Amino acid sequence: MSEKIRVLLAKPGLDGHDRGIKVIAAAFRDAGFEVIYTGLRQTPEQIVTAAIQEDVDAVGVSILSGAHMTLFPAILKLLRDQGGRDILLFGGGIIPDEDIVALEKMGVAKLFTPGAATTVIIEWLKQAAAARTKDDKLL
Amino acid sequence: MTLYEQFLEGSVVALSKIISHIEDNRDGYRELLARLYRRTSGIYRIGLTGPPGSGKSSLVNRLATLLAGQNRKVAIVCIDPTSPFTGGALLGDRLRMQDIPPDKGVYIRSMGSRGSSGGLALATSNVTVALDAFGFDTLIIETVGVGQMELDIIDACDTVVVALVPESGDAIQALKAGLMEISNVFVVNKADRMGADQMVYDIQSALEMRVQPSDWEVPVVPTQAINNKNIDRLLEEIQNHRAYLEASGRLKANRRQQLKHKVEQEIQRLVQGDINATTLAGAILDDVVADIMKGEDDPYSAGKRLYERYKLGS
Amino acid sequence: MSDKPFWEEYEKRRRKWDSDKEKYSQGSRPRFMTVSGDDVGILYGPDGFDQSKYLDKLGFPGEFPYTRGIHHTMYRGRLWTMRQFSGMGTPAQTNQRYHLLLNGGQTGLSVAFDLPTLMGYDSDHERSRGEIGNCGVAVDTLADMETIFKGIDLAKISTSMTINAPASILLAMYIAVGEKQGVPSHGLTGTLQNDILKEYIAQKEWIFPPEPSIRLITDLMAFCADHVPKWNTISISGYHIREAGATAAQELAFTLADGFTYVEAGIKAGQDVDVFAPRLSFFFNAHQDFFEEIAKYRAARRIWARRMRDKYGAKDERSWLLRFHTQTAGCSLTAQQPENNLMRTAFEALSGVLGGTQSLHTNSMDETLALPSDKAVLLALRTQQIIMHETGVVNTIDPLAGSYFVENLTDKIEAEAEAYFDEIDRRGGVLKCIEEGYLQREIAKSAYRYQQEIERKERIIVGVNDYVTDEKIEIPLLRIDESVAREQVASLNRIRKSRDNDKVARTLADLTSCAKGDGNTMKAILDCVRVYATEGEIVDALRPVFGEYTEPPIF
Repeated sequence: MSEKIRVLLAKPGLDGHDRGIKVIAAAFRDAGFEVIYTGLRQTPEQIVTAAIQEDVDAVGVSILSGAHMTLFPAILKLLRDQGGRDILLFGGGIIPDEDIVALEKMGVAKLFTPGAATTVIIEWLKQAAAARTKDDKLL
Repeated sequence: MTLYEQFLEGSVVALSKIISHIEDNRDGYRELLARLYRRTSGIYRIGLTGPPGSGKSSLVNRLATLLAGQNRKVAIVCIDPTSPFTGGALLGDRLRMQDIPPDKGVYIRSMGSRGSSGGLALATSNVTVALDAFGFDTLIIETVGVGQMELDIIDACDTVVVALVPESGDAIQALKAGLMEISNVFVVNKADRMGADQMVYDIQSALEMRVQPSDWEVPVVPTQAINNKNIDRLLEEIQNHRAYLEASGRLKANRRQQLKHKVEQEIQRLVQGDINATTLAGAILDDVVADIMKGEDDPYSAGKRLYERYKLGS
Repeated sequence: MSDKPFWEEYEKRRRKWDSDKEKYSQGSRPRFMTVSGDDVGILYGPDGFDQSKYLDKLGFPGEFPYTRGIHHTMYRGRLWTMRQFSGMGTPAQTNQRYHLLLNGGQTGLSVAFDLPTLMGYDSDHERSRGEIGNCGVAVDTLADMETIFKGIDLAKISTSMTINAPASILLAMYIAVGEKQGVPSHGLTGTLQNDILKEYIAQKEWIFPPEPSIRLITDLMAFCADHVPKWNTISISGYHIREAGATAAQELAFTLADGFTYVEAGIKAGQDVDVFAPRLSFFFNAHQDFFEEIAKYRAARRIWARRMRDKYGAKDERSWLLRFHTQTAGCSLTAQQPENNLMRTAFEALSGVLGGTQSLHTNSMDETLALPSDKAVLLALRTQQIIMHETGVVNTIDPLAGSYFVENLTDKIEAEAEAYFDEIDRRGGVLKCIEEGYLQREIAKSAYRYQQEIERKERIIVGVNDYVTDEKIEIPLLRIDESVAREQVASLNRIRKSRDNDKVARTLADLTSCAKGDGNTMKAILDCVRVYATEGEIVDALRPVFGEYTEPPIF
């Protein structure tokens, strides 16, 4: 059976604007991904617990409220602490360029700016997921 | 450390990755399952099904919270349909399960039906083995009961709960969809709605009218999952059913039947795989079908001939 | 107007023209559609508008059914209010921005609160971390509101507050600020957004489930009828529904359906429709399709007037008037080539004015990246002032009336809205539809379709999928400093220490009892607010009684 790309999509923080993330969820589904959507107002803890349980390739997060410099690092840290270091963290929203640079340096895999086409995001995710080394020995 | 070794040490990360291996049938998964199986203790499986909108996820949310409160080690598997056109799926059941206290170690896994009939029931059964081996003692499987596929999964559970809601004449649909036969407990959710009492009555009447296959009286429980009303009664009925199964010996008998079926399935899969790789390799089947359509052959003779060929080792 | 020879000749000539035009190129674009995705005909003529229906469907401004405008003299009597939505950082910073805007010529205030405040969390709550002051001003207690309005005479200004789930609390604080200024509540004017239904549908900033939320609203309506009679109790909103991806018809239909639901709730609570209806107001989006938007506003007025008079039996004319505020579409702005947003906003604002809005907010060009800078916000204000003083559009009322195209569109969008009303009724009403996710799904479908149109280049967005450049963004951005959070939390702690905590505990306990019974929650909330109970404490006093809301899965 071919390996499906599994993605967790969530909105951390208090922002409730989910138009963009829902459009992406639908686009991902149409691209053949399994999308676990955990909804609004997720804490970083909830997001990471879900990501680990669902063994996702990537976590996609949308932040329009300006709280990205708090939320992204929090998620990164929890992923690392809980053994999910190899899970790709990506996202989008209202994030100024210099913050994008800083966050990608911290370990966020990719940040997309408003207006990014879903096809571009899908292509990126396909490549990035394929490049993930899944070299755990089973037995 | 290998994934299996990490699994044995209780790593949730390893459990999750192992489940993916199993779901995908990746290399080595059979051997892995064989080992995992030896570590199982007979996890109790509650199947929950019903039409969309019946509030299944909310019910699971409340049930799991109750069970965790009773110090059960609970795992949940939610199954949602995979699009047959794109192969993708939107798995959103977790969204409704956010009241479950995070410190109780409740494990939630979302699965897409992934298209192949029979394959889903098998995957679910295999994933159950992993969860059992990890140490969970109760499993709730949530699925939309709209096809044979889902019915197969549900049938493989110990207690089957069917959830309906007052609005759309679900009772009649349930009778038609075969849910009547497999249900051990009926739930009428959103019981504050108009028509709830009538629905409870309708289901009870329908139950009385059918030939009882066993001496378990199927209860009909009204609930309001969102307001957390009467969930304790629902759990009580599930536990009653379990007690009944254990006391009557049916639990063992059912599991024996399921195991038999499982071993048969394993054999069939191996045989089918082998035939596909040998006698039927290449376009043989296509050629045979072409001949049949030309009128030069028939399915029965063709089947027999290919089977004989296989037996002879070609 | 039945002029048989004319129509025969017209039809003949039109048919000929239709066939002649086939000789000419018509494919400059794959589709000719509105922003909402509806196809638009190549030419509209007198056959699209029945003049004989003028008196019935259009009438005169200030007269039923108000299609052409709700006032007799419209902008010739009174220009629209320029009301820029604004709020940021600490209360002191917001106060500064308000003085800037008032000095710049703005005629009304509009408060934007930060997410913690919108969601009912105090600034020292775990969930507020990283979010304080980002999207609006942080308000924890009455003290913050006093700071926001320092030096601003509440008797002389009207204030709109964009707050929903905890709206009663913020209104109570505003009333208390007035008290401190010596302005009795009877003299306060303004608007509270307070439209919880659209939160469930689109903006998603909720706390409690629908039923108790509607109770809070009807309590507030009753309280204001007696004590704050000049206050608009709800700003029934389509703006957010549109921002979430709805089409123009969906925006119109869902907004009005919400309005009907509030009217029904008020009547059910035993209130006189002619007392509360005149205080209901509306808030629409001004999106990019120029004519579609104008048609939408006109249809809105007509639909509301008819329903209020004929279905709900309102007798007072003021109950029939659909008064509305407009904001240009935030979702139409692009991060790429932000100066383009100046033009987008200008055209959108123009459609709002030609649609007869009572009040207008124009977005700033840098808003896709951050809260607006001083310079950008002034430019946005200038946009309105130029329309008002230099374009001539205010010289006459509803200038587009009689346009074959616009009347056709107005009728069309009205019919689409009516179809939605029927469907919503069939499904059991707005609350039922929210619970089943019907409205949310319709919106998500439209949003997805719109995005696909863009990605397939069936819809061009300048600077995004065409006319793209590599230019770096040079606009100076307004950043909310971390010191805002520190200051706010420090200020909150000071209040917690200096207030009478016994009084606070008592008023909160009284509020909880009130919520359990059927007393007016507004009164109880006002008591809490006066003794400097925090917003979070007040919400916590209500939560055990009202519960919390979680959204249904919408896929």
